[in-house]
Amino acid sequence: MSGHRRVYISGVGPITTFGVGMAPLWSALLEGRCGIAPITRFDASGFGCPFAAEVSAEVFTPRDWVPKSYRKAAKVMSRDIELAVGAAAAAIAEAGLSTRGTDPDATPTLPPARVGCHIGAGLIAADVDELTAALASSVDEDGVFSLAGWGATGMQNLTPLWMLKYLPNMLACHVTIIHDCQGPSNTITCAEASGVLSIGESMRVIERGDADCCLSGGAESKLNPMGMLRQQFADRLAAVSGEIDPASIVRPFSSDAAGTVVGEGGGILVLEAEDTLAARAGRPIAELAGFGAAHAACADGSGLEMDPAGEEVASAIARALDDARTDPSEIDAVVPYGSGIPAVDAVERAGLERIFGDRLPTLPIVTVVPNLGSCAAGAGAIGLAVAAKCLAEQHLPARLNASAGVPDGLDAAAAPARPADLRAVLSLSVGMGGQIAAAVMRRVP
Amino acid sequence: MAAEHLPTPSDRQRVVITGMGWITPLGHDLETVWRRLLAGDSGIAPIDRFDAATFPTTFAGQVRGYDVAKYLADPSVHEGVGLNSAFALGAARQAWDQAGLDSAADLDRRRVGMYLGAGEGVLDFEPYAAANLAGWDAERQIVDGARWVEKALEVMRRVREVEQEPNMPLAHLAREFGIRGPTYNCLTACAASTQAMGEAFSIIRRGDADVMLSGGTHTMIHVLGITGFNRLTALSTSDGDPTKASRPFSRDRGGFVMGEGSGMLVLESLAHAKARGARPLAEVLGYGSSADAFRITDIQPEGRGAAAAMEAALAQAGIDPHAVDADGRPGVHYISAHGTGTQENDSIETAAVKRVFGEVAPRIPMSSIKSMMGHLIAAAGSVEMIACVLAIRDGMLPPTINLEHPDPALDLDYVPNEARPSQVDVCLSNSFGFGGQNDTVVIRRF
Repeated sequence: MSGHRRVYISGVGPITTFGVGMAPLWSALLEGRCGIAPITRFDASGFGCPFAAEVSAEVFTPRDWVPKSYRKAAKVMSRDIELAVGAAAAAIAEAGLSTRGTDPDATPTLPPARVGCHIGAGLIAADVDELTAALASSVDEDGVFSLAGWGATGMQNLTPLWMLKYLPNMLACHVTIIHDCQGPSNTITCAEASGVLSIGESMRVIERGDADCCLSGGAESKLNPMGMLRQQFADRLAAVSGEIDPASIVRPFSSDAAGTVVGEGGGILVLEAEDTLAARAGRPIAELAGFGAAHAACADGSGLEMDPAGEEVASAIARALDDARTDPSEIDAVVPYGSGIPAVDAVERAGLERIFGDRLPTLPIVTVVPNLGSCAAGAGAIGLAVAAKCLAEQHLPARLNASAGVPDGLDAAAAPARPADLRAVLSLSVGMGGQIAAAVMRRVP
Repeated sequence: MAAEHLPTPSDRQRVVITGMGWITPLGHDLETVWRRLLAGDSGIAPIDRFDAATFPTTFAGQVRGYDVAKYLADPSVHEGVGLNSAFALGAARQAWDQAGLDSAADLDRRRVGMYLGAGEGVLDFEPYAAANLAGWDAERQIVDGARWVEKALEVMRRVREVEQEPNMPLAHLAREFGIRGPTYNCLTACAASTQAMGEAFSIIRRGDADVMLSGGTHTMIHVLGITGFNRLTALSTSDGDPTKASRPFSRDRGGFVMGEGSGMLVLESLAHAKARGARPLAEVLGYGSSADAFRITDIQPEGRGAAAAMEAALAQAGIDPHAVDADGRPGVHYISAHGTGTQENDSIETAAVKRVFGEVAPRIPMSSIKSMMGHLIAAAGSVEMIACVLAIRDGMLPPTINLEHPDPALDLDYVPNEARPSQVDVCLSNSFGFGGQNDTVVIRRF
């Protein structure tokens, strides 16, 4: 279709174990640092992988990122919501936008009705301490939980707004309230694909003229017992025992890859239409040039056993390339999910081989999960933020990969950071369940 | 194909509904449920999914007597399927069959996508509570992680946990129908499936798919689902006849009543439908999405966000809400209200409809089938859209039952208590999510 408005990235707000915003993430990636460490948030010694990339209180104090007039609402924010609120503030600051959240007395840079918000989210687990304190009030003399007691009185021990902390759409709702975004708003819940699917949807919303700007991305923390257990049940986490260098756990695309590690985090990107960005004399970081999605063929009903042939990964990439009116030859680097989960790595690799063929062995693969863990619904937005930064800096980050067995034919082994001539970067996400999303970003002249 | 049948560009951008199916508290097939809606039947009864006798709310609209296996090619593929996905599989099979997609010989599955508004799966409450209590350290008022996981690994079941992910219905449907195109799930609370249909429509219009399976599925009829809404005081706690508890637009409305189930629709480009000889049931004309950006607990009091969604959908549909034709007929002939039966929603939705349609508003019938099947939460918009299509087909408006005490402040035509014959060509369907996300879809007779 012709006549599409171009869409640019004007601000990136990743939130990761390294801190809030791109500056701490980028320096960590250039230096090849790893934020994975033994879990301190709770006693995780009984899990197969008691390691994670936590966003610690030293690098992120949620209160500081909530406007004063909205502090009362901070107590109904689950961890996932806090991450999204912090990421949005960082992205808006970088984009140089004034909103109700940055300055309640100033005229906002953009009309609120023209600002949309698409924030991907996961299945948010209830705070186990808070819930159990209430459940414990309904235990009878024999130590058995009484549903009758719970219904009659026990549930009153939960705060009235308890459930609102855990609705996935509350990430977007809090962000829209803080920054007064009244345009189209959605919450995509497709596991690891949520972030790129959300950013792709924002791109379409801006192209078709339903908004001029969108805050878009995703955030999630599975750093809680329930979140960790579900990942362990789905065989996604590396089994780790004894003394181990945390930087050696996640080994994407390696023959000895053994699983991933939970990371907390996410990212919000500010997407803006070319015309309105120019009108406010805003500065583009990169162009969001193309987007595509597909669904993997799976052997099982839950979408955990993906066909290793990677046909649909290739299909999503081909759609994104078509949408960007380009072909694989313009892509100078790839930011895949790169989780270190062997079956997922295999699908990504097979799809990339279908698209890039003989060129794949020399195409730089940017992996961040070894540094900052798998951030689930937050992963895709972090990947796109990194892609945008690579293009803006014309630089590739260092790569961690402790394996000696990185398979032949893929530029994914450990490597130092280096300058690179990057015209366009491909970002890829594969969600647990089978959703695949790809996006192409292009440098701005 | 003969040259004269080649699609025009407009046919590629026009989107029609070619199949529909639902699994609801009023039944499991299109015609039975529709007949019961027109009869004003209620699907609300005491909860028997768990013992809710002491809960503030003891009733809901449950799906009863449902067996997913009869809808599946090979049930073993879906072993352990959660209730959410199970409802979706039954509804989708009906929609797929009505659309005749299995007999579409050269259906390109890469051009078939999905956009669902499915809720999270059912929390496996008993083992979850057992693990939490096993780990409870009363002195420190925290759960001991090591004790928790020891118990959790003993009592929790892998499949029950995986099935809680909100994208699992997508996975099951993709497996069942061989779908390989773009797939999405959105979960904007009670607005989810209307949003899903709107985005599915947008994806087809843009040419990114020929066919989209779209709709919603959800159940929150479980311990913590009822608990959560009871704590919010959003649910009706009536202690009278459960069939009378859902009372949208009535002065004595006391909160919504939980329902469950799924509605699924096949959306398709007109060109694709024509090329394979499928019969369009209705055409999708417009979609609007907005955010209240107000409070997580309250709706913007003037209905600003709700009005913005309706206005955007009408603008895309090319309908002037204030205009009437030569016979004085408005541009919209039926509004499927969000109509939850909470004091706040029904007042503000009424205000928003008046804000959008002005003097025309009282002449547009607007009803809430939530009065009969309860609130299907994420799936609500999808079953309400199906009711809109059937209203066009049969020229019959489903009623708002239990509207026994008109609220003097609510002065629109809510189709009280009895179904009504009416020529319906254009319908508007509203869904508003907790937290302030609003969605509207407009359809027209094809």
